Amino acid sequence: MEFYRSHVLVCAGTGCTSSDSQLVRRELLKQLAEKGLDKEIKVVETGCFGFCNLGPIMVVYPEGTFYCQVKPQDVNEIVEEHFIKGRPVQRLLYHEPDKETRTLEFDNIEFFRHQKRVALANCGHINPEVIEEYIARDGYFALARVLHEMTPQEVIDVIKKSGLRGRGGGGFPTGVKWEFASKSQGDQKYVVCNADEGDPGAFMDRSVLEGDPHAVLEAMAIAGYAIGANQGYIYVRAEYPIAVERLQTAIKQARELGLLGKNIFSKGFDFDIDIRLGAGAFVCGEETALLTSIEGRRGEPRPRPPFPAVAGLWGKPTIINNVETFANVPPIIRNGWEWFASMGTEKSKGTKVFALAGKINNTGLIEVPMGTTLRTIIYDIGGGIPKGKKFKAAQTGGPSGGCIPAELLDIEIDYDNLTAIGSMMGSGGLIVMDEDNCMVDIARFFLEFTQDESCGKCPPCRIGTKRMLEILTRITEGKGTPEDLTNLETLAKTIKNASLCGLGQTAPNPVLSTLRYFRHEYEAHIYDKKCPAGVCQALLTYKILAEKCRGCGLCARNCPTNAISGKVKEPYVIDVEKCIKCGACLEKCKFAAVIKE
Amino acid sequence: MSCQCQCNAGNEPGIYTIIDQIVEKYKGQAGSLIPVLHQTQQALGYLPENVQAYIAEKLGIPLSEVYGVVSFYTLFSTVPKGKYKISVCLGTACYVKGAGDILAEFEKQLKIKVGETTEDGMFTLEACRCLGACGLAPVLTVNDNVHGRLTAQDVADIVKKYAEDK
Repeated sequence: MEFYRSHVLVCAGTGCTSSDSQLVRRELLKQLAEKGLDKEIKVVETGCFGFCNLGPIMVVYPEGTFYCQVKPQDVNEIVEEHFIKGRPVQRLLYHEPDKETRTLEFDNIEFFRHQKRVALANCGHINPEVIEEYIARDGYFALARVLHEMTPQEVIDVIKKSGLRGRGGGGFPTGVKWEFASKSQGDQKYVVCNADEGDPGAFMDRSVLEGDPHAVLEAMAIAGYAIGANQGYIYVRAEYPIAVERLQTAIKQARELGLLGKNIFSKGFDFDIDIRLGAGAFVCGEETALLTSIEGRRGEPRPRPPFPAVAGLWGKPTIINNVETFANVPPIIRNGWEWFASMGTEKSKGTKVFALAGKINNTGLIEVPMGTTLRTIIYDIGGGIPKGKKFKAAQTGGPSGGCIPAELLDIEIDYDNLTAIGSMMGSGGLIVMDEDNCMVDIARFFLEFTQDESCGKCPPCRIGTKRMLEILTRITEGKGTPEDLTNLETLAKTIKNASLCGLGQTAPNPVLSTLRYFRHEYEAHIYDKKCPAGVCQALLTYKILAEKCRGCGLCARNCPTNAISGKVKEPYVIDVEKCIKCGACLEKCKFAAVIKE
Repeated sequence: MSCQCQCNAGNEPGIYTIIDQIVEKYKGQAGSLIPVLHQTQQALGYLPENVQAYIAEKLGIPLSEVYGVVSFYTLFSTVPKGKYKISVCLGTACYVKGAGDILAEFEKQLKIKVGETTEDGMFTLEACRCLGACGLAPVLTVNDNVHGRLTAQDVADIVKKYAEDK
């Protein structure tokens, strides 16, 4: 075995790859070879560190020096200073948004300090394309343990006692689901991994697949042993090419070492896994629709019961778990259910991964114990709202969830608390909105999404979401009437009660939650014909502030409809009749004299 | 069977041999239609009627079922796409950070609407679902390349960069 004095981890997740981390890695390899350091310093490609907006990210061990936004032209300095002279390059270290000093080590950064990583434990620490690195971090130990020491029922009991609930949205107890499937009679059973991560704003499953694919394979094999299945399928979005590639590599490596395939660990247990690609249909994240899609048909849901645990893929008993749920299984088996159940709240155990995005300083992936407050997530980990703007709402649960207002920032996040306030956990997307976001427009945005993604099989969803979208569009155009609000609420209730699957049953949530907490914004659109956030184009008027205007005439020259007139060195005026609200004047003005209201 | 129009769509030489090879890989496997469609589209770029009919015949399923699947999933296309497919992410994170303005700017610069292809066959403009690169919002992909942290001002440069790369 070769020994190295330093290991350099370079993130190869989707975020950093699009920030050119591959160029940085290649430059580093080249320069290390030129200096003859390639036998002393090893460069490792890893999965996502989670701190995506600072990409490309590089961590140097054993010290744990955390470099961010590294460009290929910075590599020379890192090699000369850090690797040859032993002096970290100060200017590339991370500095907290509100502090002057830079933080040297990875573990001391606020963003990471409040986190507890279980599902993401290996992401950013190992090379996902090398199975030995996973094994070195106790990978496949859990599978070995269940095959050697435990009966299938004991496995199910451990998962049940751990309190693990489905991380894909519904929050159904995982152990109970496995028990149903294990008790179902069938000559053939299946284990399916739902990696059709469709909620906009959620990308934790992608990061687990890209950063730690073997954890998912190991968990699926454990599930197969528990319920008596010998075949697994991973249904993954075609939009995730890196994840698909790493899964293919991982499956091949596991087969070569006999960790998938026939007679695993010589215990007479057979299990293999195939990948199925999605084709861009959001509804396929719904479990019955997903199964129909694997069968090669239109991904339309069907009524339950029978539940997939009884009659699933090709009518056989099937369990479907989400990627993050699976990623929690090997650590539970390794560390015991007591360890897992000691984290979290009374009814929601363990940790949850959230994808922080939107109007927040630190965007990226975080994992915190269940019960962490929204305030901790947004201000301590997320670093607050950029440009000193005011927090307005946090959206959780994607198109099935709702918006949480500032009054509820201290709520402890778990499945039941989020449902109680009209949102839901969903897969864990957490989008932060500030004073510049219009809540009616956001509600319209989500309805546009669900209406477009509705498969059309059941009328409440197909027709109902369309009608709701029409009403919302009307309101954002300033044509709303007071009855529209009551109509929205009636429609919402009908769609929730009468739709066939989760997509329709939760589609009205964004509207209901914004009506509950931001009703005044709807009313401003309807009664005052104003958009308080200044988003809805039809309700805006552009104005030039006379006291700020220097009379340079730049706005008038850029106006496509000649709606701006005036004399040089005197305040200019916009003719609202001619103005088409394109915003060109506001963009061009150097004195912030143009405003929209 | 081929379509009735005068174009040469889907009649590129060798396409049937390619489909034969793809179908052969999945012989006897249940649920092979979607993987076969994925790979055929990858080879040909799109799935015109004659291609769908040939796949239906090879797999022994009705053409109606093949068409039903093709039209259900948004990733499958029955018309050719441009050399560069620009997909602007309209996921929530990108949307709240102004992806709508970026899309509008592309429409203006390329003089096409969402879903259309430029006359010279260089660009197809699409709005797509969350790409999972929310940390870099707003983002878009041009074929397989992801571009992040964009503003409407970057649109012209992106168009120029790919337009020169004929």
